[in-house]
Amino acid sequence: MRRGSAVRGDAGSKREVRFSLRSAGSRCGSLALAWAIPGFAAAAPPIAPDSLSEICDPSTGLPMPAIPTMFDPASPPAADIEALTWLLFGICAAIFVVVQGALVHAIIKYRARRRDEAAGDEPRQVYGSNPVELAWTVIPVVIVFVLTLASVRLIRDIERTSPPEGALKVVVIGHQWWWEYRYPDLGIVTANELVVPAERPVWLELHSADVNHSWWVPQLAGKMDCIPGHPNTLWFEADRPGVYLGQCAEYCGNQHANMLLRVEARAVDGPLGFDAWVANQQSPPVDDDSTTPGRDVFLALACQSCHDIAGVSEGAFGPNLTHLMSRATLGAGVAPLDRDSLRQWVDDPQTLKPGCNMPSLKLDTNQLDAVVDYLASLR
Amino acid sequence: MSTLTTRPAEVGAAVGGEPLATRLHRWAVTVDHKRLGIMYVLSGLVFFLVGGIEASIMRAQLARPANDLVSPEVFNQLFTMHGTTMVFLVGMPILLGMGNYLVPLMIGARDMAFPRLNAFGFWLFLFGGLLLYFSYIGAQGLYGTAVAPDVGWFAYAPLTDRTFSRGNSTDYWILGIMVSGFGSIATGLNLVVTILSMRCRGMTLMRMPLLAWMMLIVGLLVLAALGPLTAAQVMLLFDRNLGAHFFDPQEGGSAVLWQHFFWFFGHPEVYILVLPAFGFVSEIIPTFSRKVIFGYPLMVAATVAIGFISLSVWAHHMFAVGMGPALNAFFSAMTFMIAVPTGIKIFNWIGTMWGGRIRFASPMLFATGFVAMFVIGGLTGIMLAMVPFDWQVSDSYFVVGHFHYVLFGGTVFAIFGALHYWYPKAVGRMLDETVAKWSFWLLFAGFNLTFFPMHISGMLGMPRRIYTFQPDRGLELWNVLSSSGVVLQAAGVILIVWNLLRSARKGAVAGNDPWDAWTLEWATTSPPPEHNFDVAPTVGSRRPLWDLKHPEDPDGRYE
Amino acid sequence: MAATSDSLAAAAPHAEEWRPARGRTGMACLIGMECFFFGTFIVAFLFYVGKDTTGPTGKTCLSIGPVVVWSICLISSSFTVVAAVKALAKARKAAFEFWLGLTLLLGGAFIYGTVMEWRGLMLEHELFISTNLFGSTYYSLVGFHAFHVVLGLTVLGLLWTLSKFGHLGPEDTERVELVSWYWHFVDVVWIFVFTSVYLIGTGILS
Repeated sequence: MRRGSAVRGDAGSKREVRFSLRSAGSRCGSLALAWAIPGFAAAAPPIAPDSLSEICDPSTGLPMPAIPTMFDPASPPAADIEALTWLLFGICAAIFVVVQGALVHAIIKYRARRRDEAAGDEPRQVYGSNPVELAWTVIPVVIVFVLTLASVRLIRDIERTSPPEGALKVVVIGHQWWWEYRYPDLGIVTANELVVPAERPVWLELHSADVNHSWWVPQLAGKMDCIPGHPNTLWFEADRPGVYLGQCAEYCGNQHANMLLRVEARAVDGPLGFDAWVANQQSPPVDDDSTTPGRDVFLALACQSCHDIAGVSEGAFGPNLTHLMSRATLGAGVAPLDRDSLRQWVDDPQTLKPGCNMPSLKLDTNQLDAVVDYLASLR
Repeated sequence: MSTLTTRPAEVGAAVGGEPLATRLHRWAVTVDHKRLGIMYVLSGLVFFLVGGIEASIMRAQLARPANDLVSPEVFNQLFTMHGTTMVFLVGMPILLGMGNYLVPLMIGARDMAFPRLNAFGFWLFLFGGLLLYFSYIGAQGLYGTAVAPDVGWFAYAPLTDRTFSRGNSTDYWILGIMVSGFGSIATGLNLVVTILSMRCRGMTLMRMPLLAWMMLIVGLLVLAALGPLTAAQVMLLFDRNLGAHFFDPQEGGSAVLWQHFFWFFGHPEVYILVLPAFGFVSEIIPTFSRKVIFGYPLMVAATVAIGFISLSVWAHHMFAVGMGPALNAFFSAMTFMIAVPTGIKIFNWIGTMWGGRIRFASPMLFATGFVAMFVIGGLTGIMLAMVPFDWQVSDSYFVVGHFHYVLFGGTVFAIFGALHYWYPKAVGRMLDETVAKWSFWLLFAGFNLTFFPMHISGMLGMPRRIYTFQPDRGLELWNVLSSSGVVLQAAGVILIVWNLLRSARKGAVAGNDPWDAWTLEWATTSPPPEHNFDVAPTVGSRRPLWDLKHPEDPDGRYE
Repeated sequence: MAATSDSLAAAAPHAEEWRPARGRTGMACLIGMECFFFGTFIVAFLFYVGKDTTGPTGKTCLSIGPVVVWSICLISSSFTVVAAVKALAKARKAAFEFWLGLTLLLGGAFIYGTVMEWRGLMLEHELFISTNLFGSTYYSLVGFHAFHVVLGLTVLGLLWTLSKFGHLGPEDTERVELVSWYWHFVDVVWIFVFTSVYLIGTGILS
C-alpha cells in the first residue's frame, strides 16, 4: 500500500489526560517487556502509543496510524481495554519477577557444589510448612479476587445490551470472504468498508450469511463473532476522524487471511464528510450513455445474478456495486481499487484472491474493457 | 510369582537370537503395560515429528508477508493437522503411554488392571491416527475439495457442514479422532482402576507418588471429557451423512452449541495434557534437589481442585461469541480461580528446590525449563481470563503464544524431562548427557525465540490461522523471529531423537537406580522383568527407597 | 544403590489391605463415562425443544400411553435382574434362569415398543432424522439408548446361554452382578430420557 507523507498526531497530549491510568501502567509494561526480552528490546519497533507515527490515507486524506493496534485506541471500549492491559501487564510482570526470581535464586543458591557431592549426605528434608503454604494459597486468592472484580466491572462497562443514545445503527453481515454493511435508517447497502461519523456512537448488529466470522478493529473495540443464527452486537465511538484497520479473526475457510476490515471515521461536514458520503450513497447509480455497452454485458452475463446495482440488478451473493468507486479497496482489502486492479479482478479474481467465490467469466477483451468502463463509472 | 525369575538380561539374550518377525510379533500381541507404554511413546514421537514438520512449513510460509510457499488450501490443512496431531496423536498417547509404563511400577503392581483392554486401547489410538492421516490419500471426494481436514482442530460449525466442507476430509477428522478417543477412554479407565485397585501393600492413596495422583485425576478427566466429544462428533457425523440438523443454522440448529460441546471436552483436555506433566516434574524435582516434595498434601489437594474446576471453565474460549455479561463474568471468575491451585503447584516445586542440593542433570534441566516456561503460560492465561482483554487478543497470535507456552514449554518440556529421567529404567542404558544438554539449550532458545514474539504479533493485531499477513501492520519482524526459532528447535529435536536411538545400543549401562531416587520403580531391574517385581513390595511411606537407604531415619514418621 | 524388592517386602510388615475390586471399579468408570455421553445428547435434545422450523415435533406426534407401558417393562426388569443375581449367589440355577429369562423378555418388550414407535413416526408422521431438529435429536437420543439396551440384552442372553450349558455358577456372581449394574444404568438413563423426551418434549412438563 502506498503511504502519504508522515503527519504527526497532535491529539496525544489530550488523550494522555483522559486515561491517566495508562501513563503509569505504560512504564510498568514497557519495563516488563524490556525485562522479558532484553535482546529484542533495542531492536523492537515501538509499540507504546506515544511514539506511533501517523500517516495519511491516500484515498480519503484521513489520518491513519502506521500500526493499527489496540495500543493506539480511538474509541472508549478500546481505550478502557488498553488501560486495563497496562494494569494487567503490571500485575503479571510483578508476579513474573517474584516467581522467576525465586526460581533463579533457588537455581543459583542451591546448586550442588563439588564438596557437597563429596560429603555424600542428603540436605535437610523439609516436608512442608503450613504457614508458608497458607500464604501462597491466600495471596493468589486475593489477587485473583481483585482481578475478577476488575473483569466483571469492565465487562459491565463495555458490553452494552442496548444502543447508546443517538447511535448510528449498522448491520454487519460476514460472508465468505467479504463484509456487507447495511444502514437500516439511511437505506444504504455497501460492502467491505464501513464509513461512520466520528464522535458519534455506532451500534453494530453482527450477522453471518454462511460460517463464523469475527469483526475485529483493535483501535475501536474488542472483537465480536459473527455467527449464523446468533446475532451479536458491538459498539464503538471513534473519538477522532481516521482510518482504522482490522481483519476477520475467526477462521472462516480458504481466504480467511484476506478478509480485511477498514473503517473510515469521517467528520460530519465537508466534501469528504459523512453527510456528503451518505448523500452520494443514497443517490441512484451513475447512468451514463457512454457506459451502456458495459452495462449490457454486465446484465447479459452472470454478473447480475450475484451483484446488486440499485435499479439495474438484484443479485444478493456478492458485494453491492451501486457506488463501487466510492471505496478505496477491492476484494475485502486485497488490492487498492483503481482501474488496473479492477480490470485484473474482473478478468480473473483468482489471480488476486485465490479461492474466492467469484469465478473468472472468461470475458473477451472488448467485453472486459466495456464492463470495467461501466464499473469504473459507478461513483 | 516365584516361577518367573528370569532376569531381563537373559530374556534379552534369548530375544536377540530370534528372527525379526518373531520379535515384531511379540510386540504386536503383547499385553504387557511396559511394552505398550513404549509403543505409545514411540508412535507419539513419530507423530510429533510429523506435526513438527507441519509447523515448520507453516513458519516458513509466514516468514515474510505475502509469501507463496504453500497455497491457502495447503496452509489450512497444515494448521488443522498440526493441532489435531499434537493434541490427539502426540500429547494424549505419550502422556497416557508414560502413565501406562510408570503407574504400575510406581504403585508396586504387576500390570495394569485390564491388560488386554490396555492393548486394545493402544491399537485403537494407532488406528485412529493412521485413519486421520489416510485422509491425505483417501479423502478426495469431489474435484477441488480438500484432501485433508482443513476446518481447524476445533472444527467450528457450520464450517464443518457439507455445504462448506465438501468431500470426505471432515469425516476423516471425525472418525480418526473418535476412534483414537475410544482408545483414550479405554486407557483412562484402565489407569483409574489400576490406581484404585492394584496398589501394593502399604500403598495408601496418600502414600502414592504424585505422578500416580495426577494420572488418577487425568483418567477421571478423560472419562468425563471424551464422552461429550464423542457425542458431539456423532452429531456432526449425523449432520454430514444422514442429513441431521444439530449444528445447521439454516434449520434452527446452533453453531454455538458445538462450541459448548467441543470446549466442554477441550478445556479438561488441556488439563489432561498438563497434569501428567505436573506429575513428571513432581517426581524429577525432588530427586535432583535431593529433597522430599514440599507440601505433598497440598499438592494432592491442588490436583483434585484442578480436576473439578477444569470442568467448569470451558467457555473462556468463547468470550467473543456473545454469551452475555453474566456467563462471561462466571467463566472469567472460574478461570481466575483455577490459577490458584496451579500457582500452588509452582510454589511447591520452588519450595522443594529451596534448601536442596540441586544436580542439573538433563531431566532436571527440562523440569526447571518447564517451571519457567509454564509460569509465563500461566500468566498469559490469567491475562486471557480478563474478559475485556480477551476480546482484543482472543483468536490472535497472543493466544497461539499462550498455549504453546503451556503445551510446548510446559507439557513437551516435561515429556522430554521424563524421557531423559525414565529412559534408563525402560532401556537399561543411560542417555548421552552432553548431547542431552545441548538439545535442551537448543530447544529452550528456539522455543522462546519462536513463541515469545507471537504474543507481540497477536497484540499488534495478527489473527491466528491466516496463511499470509498484511505487510503494512508492523508484523514483519516478529514473524521472522518466530520463524527463525524453528531452526534451533528442529536441531534440538533431532539431537534428542539421535540420542534416544544411539543410546539404546551404546549408552552406559544404567543399573537399577541411576539417579539415586526414592520411588518404587527404581527398586526393580532396568528394564524391569515382565512381572515387574520378583516379590510384591510393601511400602511404609511415600518414599519407600528412602526408607531403605536411611533405615535410621525413615520417612513415615514425618507424614 | 542396591535396593531390591526383597528388602522392600521386609521393610514393613502389613496385613493385606482393602482395595476396591477391579471389575466393580471398572464398571463404575464405564458407567460414569456413559453418563457424560448421554448427558450430551440430553442437553442437545432439551436445548432444541421448541426450536424447530418445520415438521412434526414431540407435541404433535408422540403419544405417551404406550411408552409408559414399555417403560414399566424396562424398569421392572431392573428388579428381575436383581432377583436373578441373588438366585445365582445361592446356586439356584433354575430360579436364576427364570429371572434372567424374564429380564430378557421385559427388555425385549421395551425394544419392541421402540421399534413400533419408530415405525409409526416414520410411516404416519414421516418423521426422519433429516426432517427437522426434533427428528435429529429424538432419533439419536432414543436410538443410542435403544442401542445400549440391545447391548445389554446381548450380554444377558449370553449369560442365559452359558447358564443353560452349565458354564455359570455361584463363583461367577460378581461378574453377573457387574452386568446387572450396567443394566440398572440403562434403566436409570431411560428415566432421564423419558423425562426429557416424553414429558418435557411433549409439553406435559414445560
